[in-house]
Order: sequence, then C-alpha cells, then structure tokens
Amino acid sequence: MNDFPWLSVLLVLPLLGAITVALLPRGRDALAKQTALGFAAATAVLGIVLAFRFDSGGPRFQFTQSTPWIEAFGVDFALGLDGVALTMVVLSVVLVPLVILASWRDAERSGGTGVPPKRSVKTYFALILALETMMIGVFAATDVFLFYVFFEAMLIPVYFIIGSYGGPQRSYAAVKFLLYSLFGGLVMLVSVLWLFPLSSRKVSEGGLGAATFSFEELSGMTIEPTTAKWLFLGFFLAFAIKAPLVPVHTWLPDLAQQAPPGALVLIVGVLDKVGTYGMLRFCLELFPGAAQWATPVVLGLAVLSIIYGAILAIGQVDLKRLVAYTSVSHFGFIVLGIFGMTYAGQSGAVLYMVNHGFSTAALFLLVGFLIVRRGSARIDAFGGVQKKAPVLAGLFLVAGLSGLSLPGLAPFVSEFMVLTGTFTQYRVAAVLAAVGIVLAAIYILWMYQRTMGGPATEQVSGLSDLSVREKVAVAPVIAVIVVLGFFPQPVLNVINPSVETTQTVLDRPGFRPQITGDVAENGARP
Amino acid sequence: MTPSRTAGAVLAQDIPAPHIEYGQIAPILVVFGVAVLGVLVEAFAGRRLRYPIQVPLAFAGLIAAFVWTVWMGVGDEPHLVAAEGALGVDGPTLFLQGTILILATVSLLLISERSRSHFTPQASALPGTEAEQRSATSGNTQTEIFPLMMFAVTGMIMFPAANDLLTMFIALEIMSLPLYLLCGLARRRRLLSQEAAVKYFLLGAFSSAFFLYGAALLYGYAGSVRLGVIAAELGTDAGSETLLLGGVALLTVGLLFKLGAVPFHMWKPDVYQGAPTPVTALMASCTLVAAFGGMLRIYYVALENLRWDWRPALWGVAILTMIVGAVVAITQTDIKRMLAYSSIAHGGFLLTGVVAASTDGLSGSLFYLAAYGFTTVGAFAVVTMVQDDAGEAAHLSRWAGLGRRSPLVAGVFAFFLLAFAGIPLTSGFTGKFAVFKAAIDAGATPLVIVGVLASAVAAFFYVRVIVVMFFSEPEADGPRVVAAPATAAAVALGVAATVVLGVLPQPVLDMAGHAASSMFVR
Repeated sequence: MNDFPWLSVLLVLPLLGAITVALLPRGRDALAKQTALGFAAATAVLGIVLAFRFDSGGPRFQFTQSTPWIEAFGVDFALGLDGVALTMVVLSVVLVPLVILASWRDAERSGGTGVPPKRSVKTYFALILALETMMIGVFAATDVFLFYVFFEAMLIPVYFIIGSYGGPQRSYAAVKFLLYSLFGGLVMLVSVLWLFPLSSRKVSEGGLGAATFSFEELSGMTIEPTTAKWLFLGFFLAFAIKAPLVPVHTWLPDLAQQAPPGALVLIVGVLDKVGTYGMLRFCLELFPGAAQWATPVVLGLAVLSIIYGAILAIGQVDLKRLVAYTSVSHFGFIVLGIFGMTYAGQSGAVLYMVNHGFSTAALFLLVGFLIVRRGSARIDAFGGVQKKAPVLAGLFLVAGLSGLSLPGLAPFVSEFMVLTGTFTQYRVAAVLAAVGIVLAAIYILWMYQRTMGGPATEQVSGLSDLSVREKVAVAPVIAVIVVLGFFPQPVLNVINPSVETTQTVLDRPGFRPQITGDVAENGARP
Repeated sequence: MTPSRTAGAVLAQDIPAPHIEYGQIAPILVVFGVAVLGVLVEAFAGRRLRYPIQVPLAFAGLIAAFVWTVWMGVGDEPHLVAAEGALGVDGPTLFLQGTILILATVSLLLISERSRSHFTPQASALPGTEAEQRSATSGNTQTEIFPLMMFAVTGMIMFPAANDLLTMFIALEIMSLPLYLLCGLARRRRLLSQEAAVKYFLLGAFSSAFFLYGAALLYGYAGSVRLGVIAAELGTDAGSETLLLGGVALLTVGLLFKLGAVPFHMWKPDVYQGAPTPVTALMASCTLVAAFGGMLRIYYVALENLRWDWRPALWGVAILTMIVGAVVAITQTDIKRMLAYSSIAHGGFLLTGVVAASTDGLSGSLFYLAAYGFTTVGAFAVVTMVQDDAGEAAHLSRWAGLGRRSPLVAGVFAFFLLAFAGIPLTSGFTGKFAVFKAAIDAGATPLVIVGVLASAVAAFFYVRVIVVMFFSEPEADGPRVVAAPATAAAVALGVAATVVLGVLPQPVLDMAGHAASSMFVR
C-alpha cells in the first residue's frame, strides 16, 4: 500500500464534497449541511489515519507521489508530507468538520451582526470544503510551483466566503484581504519565476542542469548571495502578509470583524499558518544565507508584532477584532521562534502553530456562539454571562487562558520553547517578547472580566447556554488544548525530524559563526 | 513561327509566371473565397435566403481553413516561403493562423446570433430618422457583416504570414477596412457606434500611413521590402542608419497602434465601447493575435540583429502600456471600456514576451495569445447576454447583484475576470507565467517586476466587478440574462479553453513550443 496515492485522495475528497454540495438542489439546506459534514468527517478520519501511518523515524517526506504536470515549466504534481506539513494538514482536517458543525446556522445570518442576507446556504459549505482542499494542497505540495498555485487559489474561496457571508462591511474586508494577499503572492511569483533560470543553469555553474521546481532539488542548489537576498525578500513579503506581521497586518482585524466566525477559525487558525510554514520551509531552507542576513530585521518585526498586537488587543471593543490582534501577537512569537534559528525555538514554533490553531479555534468558536446569542460582537454588549451560561463561560475561560499561555494548557509548552530557544541566541529579543506574555494576561483577563464576570446585565438576560451541537463542536478543541498541554511529546516526535533537517541546512559552514559550543549545547535539544 | 507565338515566347521568358504553393496558402484562399462568395450571395440571393446561406457558408469556410491549418501543422512538412517569398508558412504562422481561425469561429457564433441581433438592419439610415424606424420595423437582418468579417479574417491570417513589408501592409488594410465598417453597425446606441467607426477609421488610416512610410524608409535602406533581405543587410553594416532607424520607428508606431500599446492606445476604449459587442470580441481576440503575430515576425526576422536598438524602446512601451492600462482601467464604469483597458494592459504583458527575443519568448507569446483570446471572446459573450430594455446593460452599476439573480452567468464572468487577473488554475496564469519566465530568462527582470505590480493593480478592478456582481444588492429593475444558444456555446467554449489551458496546459504549450522551435523562416 506504499504506492497508494494517499494525499491525492485526501486532496480530492473535500473537493468532491464541495462539488456534490454545490450540485444539490436549492432549498435542501439541511441535506447540504449533512453532506458537507459527512465529507469533512471522512477527510478528517483519513487525515488521522495518515498521521498514524507516518513514520517519524522514516524519510523526511512520506506518502510522496509525483506526476509530471507542466513539462514546459519543469513542474511536477508532487505531493509529500514531512512532520511539519503533517501536523498542519491534521490541524486543517480536524478543524473543518468542527467548523461546519459550529457554523450550522452561520450562512443564514450575516456575520452574526444582524442583517439577514438570504444567501445560498449550500454555497457556504461548498466553499468551506473547497478551501479545505486548497489548505491540504498548500501544505502537501513539494513542488514550489504547485505550492504557489495552491497559495493563490486558496484566496478565492476565502474571498467569496467573506464577501458573501460577512458583516455589513464585508466587501471592503474581502477586497482588502484579496488585494493584500494577491500583492504578496505576485511578489513571490517573481521569486518563483526567478528560480526557473537559476535551476536550469549547468551543474558546474551551481544550477541543477534542468529546470525544476522540486523543493528537495532546489534546496540543494547554491545561489549567489545577492540573488538569494532578493529571492528571499520576495518569498518573505508574501509570507509576512499572510502570517501576518506588523506592519502588513492591517487586513486581518478588518477581515476578522466582518468574517463569519466559523470561517475565521480556518482563516486565522490554519490559513495564516501558511505564512509561518512558508518561512520555515522555503525562506530558511532555500535561502539559508539570506535568511541569516535578514534575521535581525525579522526578529525586530516579530517583537514589534508581539507587543504592538497585544497592546492593540487590549484596546479593542469588538471581540473578533480583539482575538485577531491576539493572533498578530502570537504570530510574532512563532516568527521569533523560527528566526531565532535554534532547534528548540523552531520546534517550539511549529508546536505553537498547532497549539495556536486549536486555541484560536476555541476562542473564535466561542465568540461566534456569543455573537449568535446577542447579535453583536461588541464587548459592552455582554456582561455577567457566566451567571446565565456557565458552560459557555467556563469553556471561554479555558480557551482564553490557553491564549495567555497558562501552564498546563498547550500554548504554554510552545511559548516556553520559543522563548528559551530564542534566549540562547538573541537575549534582547527574547526578553522583550516576554513582555507580550504580561500583556496577554491583560487582554484576555480583562476581556473575560467585562464579558463574563460581574452581575448579569439586562442585555444578557435571555442568554441560553451551549446547545448539544455547539458542545460537540467545541469540546474536541478544548480537549486537544488540555491534552497537548500535558503530553506534547507525540507531536514533537513528529515535528523534530523535520526541524532537524532545517537545522542541518542552517548549520552549513559559514551560516552561524556566532554560535559558541556552550550556547549550541543549550539550544540543541528541547 | 508566327509573330504572335514569338511574342508569347518572349513574354514567357521575361515575365515568368509566379510559382504559387496553393496548398500552403489554402487557408487564406479559402477564407478569401468565402468572402467573395458572400458578396455574390448578397447580390443575387433573395433577402430571406441570405441569412440561411451566409451563416453556414461562413462557418464552413472558417472551419475548413482551420482544419487545413491543423493538417499542415500535423504534417510537419518543411517550412518554406510561399508565393515567391511573399508569405512565410512556418510554425509560428500556422499556430497563429489556427488561433485566429478558431477564435474567429467562436466570434462568429456571437455575430450570427439572430434572436436578438446586435446589428442595425440598415447602417445607412441616419439615427433618429424615419428611415431608421422603417428599417427597424421591417424585420430585415443585416447579412453584409458575414462577407465583411470574412475579408477581415483573410487579412488577419495573412498578416502574421506576410514575409515582406508590402504584403504585410496589404494584409493590414484588408484586415482593417472591413473592421472600420463593422464598428459602425451597432443596433443600439448608434451614434456612439458611428463615432467609434469614424474614430477608428481616421486614426487607423493615420497609423497605416506611418506603417507605409516606415516600409518606404526601410526599402530605402535595404533596397528591398523582403524581411529576410533587411535582416541580411543589417548584418553587412552598410546603408544609411538614418533611414533604418527612422523606418523602424515609423513601422513600430504602425504596429503598436494596432496592438493598442500606450501611447497609441487612445482609440481602443472608444472603439471597443461603441462597436457592436460581437465585433469587439472579434477585434479584442483575433486582431490582437494578428497584430502581435506581425510584430513578432518583424522583430524576430527582420530586426533581430538590431535587437540592442529596439529593445530599450519596447521596454519603455511595455512598461507604459502595463501601467497605464491597469491604472486607467480602475476609473472605468463601463464594462466594455474596462475590458478595453484590460486589453491594453494585457498587450503590455505580451510585449514582455516580445522583448525577451528568444524561442521561449516566442512560444510564451503564442500561448498567451491563444489563452487570452478565448477568455476575451468568452467575456464579451457574457457582456452581450446581460441586457435590459435599451440593449446591453454595459454600465457597471447595472450589474449589481447579478450573482444573486443569475449565479451561473455571473460565476462564469467572475471566472473570466479571475483568469484576466492571472489567478492560478486559469489560462491567464499559465500565459503570464510563460511570458514572464521568458522575460526573466532574457534578463528583463525589472520589466517582470513592473508586470507583476501592474497585475496587482489590475486585480483591483477585476475584483471590483466581482464585488458589484456578488456582494451588492440587486436593483429592482436590473438587467436580465438572455441566453441564446449560439452565445451560450461561445461562452462554454471560452470557459472550457480557460479551464483546460489553466489546469492541463501541457499539450498547447507543446504545440506553441514546437511551433516556436523552428522560429520564423527567412
């Protein structure tokens, strides 16, 4: 069964679901939702099966398959998963069915803020499934061109989800998102294009003899430093917009305010991870020298994101915007871990990507449930919710605490790893980043206090607690957050071999002159 | 021996009958023959019979020519210069001719639409007069468009094949004159249509004069209008440089006008807007292909050795074209004008392929032309479908909420727009990738960066149309979608080509690569 095209099946299954759902007759909304959930669940099961079949001691890329696609460009339809990609794919496939379950009624409402838009319900779920295919594809692609194709194509379902099912300012948010992402993508396209003549150079000139976009072959190519810097910048800009890093983050809060909460889980929880994933995979491994050259600036941006994102989060009056800004802060941590260039930091960063996915998912899902109940996302529309809806409030507290990295919950482990890893290399950055933790306590606890604490206000008098469907949707996420808080090792076992490969690339002579034996030892193992 | 026979023998000796390879130039002859037949039908067939005769005739002619072209392409015969050197029948020519013929067939689907004709029954009736009303109520159909279109197509497939400047000029005129007329034949908004025709005619005549003047100067330089001779003369480093550079410059102006490259683009928005939409589709696809074909031949054959002189100039033109096309399109509120500016911007992207001046650049440009042509015809076909009482609802605001009312048509149009914007998995992306790759390979990286930035700007106005269609509320008395079968077929073909060339482009890329590998014959 080793040759079985697992990833193609995984890729096609949600797409098939999207087409099926889209072709259902109008008015059969319930059937559309059930079909969508069925396909998403099947994909999730398949994804989890893959995770168990993954051999963490085996070759780096597993479940590989490759078919020539566009020979004129040297492009293969090549798929494969390493540890990092696997965790991201599993994160996606697990979240999608939960999101579908949680947003069972979202399509009938408009971003949860009044204005019933009378939109096609089945289209919403078809778009979610189409997005799932793109998300799996973007992580599974081992061909840079194919990665780019998924990276760009992914924007289209998101654009339609926000534009059609978002809040009152939805078209503004959708266009802003699309233009930011498209701009980043196009700049990356120049870099991708540039790889073509570089790889088709003769082997004696440092090329590969034939044009290719295969990631593994490209990572063995030597690129002249100045060129590498430009290429790095092209990739990095696209990923920084995606991640998003300050100062190119402004699309995210706008989008978060307008998007339906279910879709937000996927956008912030998974899709934005493509940015940090791309930095680790492409920026660092294809252009290690240039990455080293850019490190001080990137670390500066990361620290800026951590602190600036957190401060802005404190000041928000809209719950979804608030969570979006906390994510800007968290993405800062992830980038810090990646560009700290230490083993512990990068392992931690990847783990952080998983944990943040679940933690943000929990927050957005619960915020979504709150919005559904009140028809508003404003913090001052709530107060004393825990008196009326104790389960909702309790889960919200757990999700919130995971957002501030409380020990015992998953994000703590990863944040700790990132900070210790970075500290061995860049002390100032790590110390400044630690300020973000304090700020996180402020924005989470203050938000909790204003919405959940205190006496129940009149506004929330009619508030009901979570329904069974909502509990089923959010419970697995909370469970994962708790379990990973105590047993992160299974995930780390999958991640570590891949990060080790990245480290070997970075360890090539000349890239890390400043490491002393002592520090290297400290940063060597988590 | 009688005197007359002697005279005959002398004549035969002095003026040898030209040797014409009829097989090689059959596509041109077939389409031309159909055009002539069409004129005869107009003259002799009864009013009611004309339409049923003209339409099958036109389709048969285009398809026969297309099949012949494909057969020649498959046959892999040695490429040669036909008709005493006037026409070059080679890989790129066949690819371009095939592309033009198939795109013309799709455009013909739109033009032959009868249920809601786009053409005025009597062009000579002045707008707003009694004569116009009479002709409008008479129920007559305009059928002269078919021979006119066939003449235009004859010129188009001859233009990229022309191997000397005079043949090229004649092809240019055969192509342009019927188009000037066709532009003025719109059924509705006739003043706008006639204005477009006059504008196109005046400016077109002007640019033809530039072309001819340039050809004359080059003749002065090389002593021949043959492209191959000019190239050889360039190699010898003899002759007057003034004549050469002046000639090249004027020739370029004439060609750039046909492409609608900035700063010779002024006619495009007006003409595209005013012309009947099916004719706009024809011009936006086939004329563009033909014009680029001719341009590629001149620059790759005649002026290849002058590369260092013309490349900087074309760099500038390409950059200007991309930027102006993309930026000005943002302010447009009329769909057809917007598509016109989009076409200008795409002309700029195509020029990056010309600037590359390599086999890759040639094959990339060929692919781009085919891909863009199909998408454009499809997009204009959709424009003809969205109608209200006054004809096509061309104003962007009228399209509000179309996605709600007719999700399929709006979805298809959105797909075309995404293809224009160059989103992966559409033909637009593959085409852009192909020309940009060639340009980077040829060291024109700054040009590609400008191209990419222009693409980002262009994406804005494509996306804006999608916003209007899908994210805004429909008007109460909004336009309705009239889906006539022939138009629907044209749209379907456009969608199919856009998907296939985006997802599985390899066969067509192979064809373009194969066509380009032999380059142009001398």
